[in-house]
Amino acid sequence: MKHKAMSAAIVAGAVATAVAGLSTTVPAHAQAKEKCYGVSLKGQNDCKAGAGTTCAGTSTVDYQGNAWTLVPKGTCVTMDVPGDRKGSLTELDRDLPKA
Amino acid sequence: MTMPSIPPSNGAAEFGSALLDPEAGTPDGLIGPDGLHAPKRFNVYRNNVIVSLCEALGETFPAIKSLLGDDYFNALARAFVARHPPQSPVLMWYGAEFAGFVDAFPPLESYPYLADVARLEWHWLQAYHAADKTPMDPGVLGGIAPEEVGAVRFEAHPATALVISRWPVLDLVRVNRFEPEANLEISLQEPQSVLMTRPELDVDLYLLRPGGDIFLKALSSGETLGEAAARAQAEFAEFSLSDCLSDCLSSGAFTGVEIDR
Repeated sequence: MKHKAMSAAIVAGAVATAVAGLSTTVPAHAQAKEKCYGVSLKGQNDCKAGAGTTCAGTSTVDYQGNAWTLVPKGTCVTMDVPGDRKGSLTELDRDLPKA
Repeated sequence: MTMPSIPPSNGAAEFGSALLDPEAGTPDGLIGPDGLHAPKRFNVYRNNVIVSLCEALGETFPAIKSLLGDDYFNALARAFVARHPPQSPVLMWYGAEFAGFVDAFPPLESYPYLADVARLEWHWLQAYHAADKTPMDPGVLGGIAPEEVGAVRFEAHPATALVISRWPVLDLVRVNRFEPEANLEISLQEPQSVLMTRPELDVDLYLLRPGGDIFLKALSSGETLGEAAARAQAEFAEFSLSDCLSDCLSSGAFTGVEIDR
């Protein structure tokens, strides 16, 4: 479905407001910084050569078969859910929230 | 010393499928330097392949790992690796199907927000590695004649991504990844949509105002500024075009404009 475009005057007015509000805050991007190669944080670069290179375990060390009797238990996150349930990973009904 | 014989020509396929199936034996013709069949070597290699792919997934989806816990995440990652082996040797592109996999994974169906968290983390990595480009100067828009500005189409920055969610996806990622110390109360009933940009070196995440998701989605599907604004307004009466536009321009979401004439 294609909506009829907004009136030119309204759009132009909003654009003028947005641009006017920005003109003083924008120069941050204007001063381009040089990319500093080699200082990426762990997990933020694509060099993962170190991962998984141990010989720990064997090929058959695997959770298959019983994996899904595992219960997810992550870090403690306070979540506000109906019924005052608070906990790490919060289980929900599919129909939440009402769309 | 004789050269070891090479595996038969169909060996690659057999080798590949045996790598991902712990029940599969060692492929025929696979031998060590002593010329003997080498199941132990193969098992070490197979284990390293699986473990390194699981670790790569853990580094790409740390919030999911934190939410599920290490044991569950590793089991999930193994199931994913077996179903979706890499299609490219580049690990930063590994895991594109992970969010969909999580979404369709029956044991996790009571946690419907996880897939959106995974989607956000996937886009974060792609945004991080996207091409560098200078965002447009908002003044460009100011220089367009008022009667033409509604016909503007924006060119998205290569890093720009939009994650629309029914869940508090930004809060979940903040607490479980970027700000583990943040003592944030998360309401699972608060939908959050996120604009992701990377004008310089760091990926920025912005919570979109109501209606901003509709507006940006319309713009990114190629609608003009006037069409996208009208759509957002029609679906969300309090939509503020100037505020949303201001967010998009200041976040560096666009690199330029073209005008329909």
